[in-house]
Amino acid sequence: MKPIIVRNGHLVDPAAGVDSARDILLKDGLVAEIASPGKLNHAGDAEILDAAGLIVAPGLIDIHVHLREPGQTYKETIATGTAAAAAGGFTSVAAMPNTVPVNDSPELTRWMQEPERGAAVRVFPIAAATRGSKGEQINDFIALKAAGAVAVTDDGHPILKDNIMRETLAAAARAGLSVIQHAEDTRMTKGASMNLGPVSFRLGLRGMPPEAESSLVERDIRLVAELRDLHPHLHVAHTSTAAAVAAVRQARRNGLRVTCEVAPHHFLLTDEHVGLYDTHAKMNPPLRSAADRDAMIEGLLDGVVDAIATDHAPHAQHEKEVEFECAPNGITGLETALGLALRWLHAEWKMPLGRVLSLMSAQPAALLGLKGRGTLAAGSHADVVIFDPKARWIWRAVDSKSKAKNTPFDGWEMQGRVRWTISEGRVAYAGA
Amino acid sequence: MTAAASTARRTFATPPAPKSPFPYHPGSLLSVLDLSVEEVGRLLARAAELEQMDPLVRDRILLKRRLALLFYESSTRTRTSFELAAKALGADTTLVSSLSSSIEKGESLKDTGLTLRALGAEAIILRHSSSGSAWLLEASTRLPVINAGDGMHEHPTQALLDLRTILHHFDPKTRTCHPAPERRKGKGSAVTRAIGPDTLAGFTVAIVGDILHSRVARSNMLLLPRLGARVLLCGPKELLPEQAADSGHGIRIERDFDAALAQSQAVMMLRIQAERLAGLELDLNEYKAQYQLTGQRLAALAPAALVMHPGPIIRGMEITAGVADGPQSAILEQVTHGLAIRMAVIERALTAAPNGGRA
Repeated sequence: MKPIIVRNGHLVDPAAGVDSARDILLKDGLVAEIASPGKLNHAGDAEILDAAGLIVAPGLIDIHVHLREPGQTYKETIATGTAAAAAGGFTSVAAMPNTVPVNDSPELTRWMQEPERGAAVRVFPIAAATRGSKGEQINDFIALKAAGAVAVTDDGHPILKDNIMRETLAAAARAGLSVIQHAEDTRMTKGASMNLGPVSFRLGLRGMPPEAESSLVERDIRLVAELRDLHPHLHVAHTSTAAAVAAVRQARRNGLRVTCEVAPHHFLLTDEHVGLYDTHAKMNPPLRSAADRDAMIEGLLDGVVDAIATDHAPHAQHEKEVEFECAPNGITGLETALGLALRWLHAEWKMPLGRVLSLMSAQPAALLGLKGRGTLAAGSHADVVIFDPKARWIWRAVDSKSKAKNTPFDGWEMQGRVRWTISEGRVAYAGA
Repeated sequence: MTAAASTARRTFATPPAPKSPFPYHPGSLLSVLDLSVEEVGRLLARAAELEQMDPLVRDRILLKRRLALLFYESSTRTRTSFELAAKALGADTTLVSSLSSSIEKGESLKDTGLTLRALGAEAIILRHSSSGSAWLLEASTRLPVINAGDGMHEHPTQALLDLRTILHHFDPKTRTCHPAPERRKGKGSAVTRAIGPDTLAGFTVAIVGDILHSRVARSNMLLLPRLGARVLLCGPKELLPEQAADSGHGIRIERDFDAALAQSQAVMMLRIQAERLAGLELDLNEYKAQYQLTGQRLAALAPAALVMHPGPIIRGMEITAGVADGPQSAILEQVTHGLAIRMAVIERALTAAPNGGRA
């Protein structure tokens, strides 16, 4: 593998406190050297990437994606999902365990990371918390961690039983793993396909009350408080309600290790975007009210939200071309996250560029303990995204590298165009 | 965490909500919101003309045109009414129902629609248990689609026939509904008068019972206020959530049935939709005590009000047999009005040009 020199770029590395013109040398999969423009010591053969006018930043990290392999490769594979990730500027993705079969074993956890899967960027498996994600029998977290799992969750099958969730938090704390909860009290959401409110009434669709999310977040926080001595880490996935963000805020004030992520669709869209039964606006948690959406923006701006995660959930076209109530939940997100974050969070709501990038790299890396990632300090993994921060362009779903095209952002204006994505020293994506 | 503590303090400039995702076929009738008040007037006027036309002339209008009735739910009134209306105009109809077709084998709504189109269907009348299914069918086939009831969402022809029934009885001068014996006198005149935003000024209708699961309630509450009517929604919290009042202007919740009755010139009773309750348990005796329309209640509070019901009625549940068969009942008259309305709606479906103009 030839070394790569990225020169003439503007390096933004929030974790290292760098925001200035720098050249960098990537060698043997690591960041070998950082220097002022033209001052690199390297003399040998290297591929030169000219980043004049571009931002050079730590590769983006998405801690919530569904890669569908094994079992549902007609929707997506590890290869196609990570190709989409690379095109979106991501160099690491954490893969949810709701595959077929469920990833609840060290064997499958290892299998997903094998070179044969053809991943374009690094895949970090998140393992199931319980056997088959059935919420009954807790898996061997120490063995899962040894196999490479970075967290545990039952994702779409939230752990409702208090005793099981308590045991999960305790066992994960002992193993040094985070517990990610898809907070939904499914007893309150039976038959529901969107947010409960005036829109669901008007459309004649059963609604999910915001309390279905917030009450489970509150329950989980109570359990974390009970287990305070073990220092468990609870991470709330795809937070969508004002009340859930408020609960996380309060837990943090109380000194608990509780973090949360927000997906771009939850800080941009509301249940009005369901329009006339647009199945590309159907996901779980659902698009919420304008007040909830505003609370997501506020949480991102004031820092209570720790990460932007896409919940990339590819589905085949025919699966979404059905009655709204029958359509599967989820939208793709890997190729639109940066463009939407820069267009809205940065350009519209004035979040500094470094903070946007931190929410998409340094903070998620810290959250899952991904060592040597989310920064470009010397010695870190050579995970880099190089993009034009000013470019405005129109996203077309047909151009997606993902197998799936289920996005509500088709035709939307994006800001920031990825020129190169480098994963562990290799160019994983080269854009126009 | 209290709700107050979680309220966002700022508002943000955000992307606008989307507009209609695709141009409808101008012959489609998916929602009452697709019709302007003017267009409602045209449909009513045309319904009256078609009703009075010589049947031998009328059945040349859509001679040999092909209509498919696609029914995923059981139906007596709506299905028969559409079928008879189509035949009265000379059109050929074919009925596809979910229990005797490839739908049972797992064929999707999209594929079923495309198959019907390939067989020559020029328009599809759809009854389906899923809200929004009519939009999916229209998007998949680009044929004119008439929504004959989609889940809990809408039933636009029912609202139109309810409107026609109301117009037959409501006198805008006295702001009362004529009692039964006199109502024949004004037949024709009431429905041919111009329709505008004040046509039903001073008219109040109470819609009572299972509003949550009712597509009839939704279509009526979205249509009648646009003609000046006031809609009172009445029912228990489980069947009538507070957000129902936010559906549009002119809609108010009045949980006390007696108070609602006393203010209304018409009362629309709804069946409890047992098939859609989804585990919800109701004390039916309690429900009857509070919301059953009895002769006593009617005589005491609304002796001149029109009694309506979209059917099927469950005698002894939401309405007593005496009231259903009584002199104030317009229930069977509603059924008859359905025929005329559906003739007009079917004609519109098959004669509207796809470019937006009329053929």
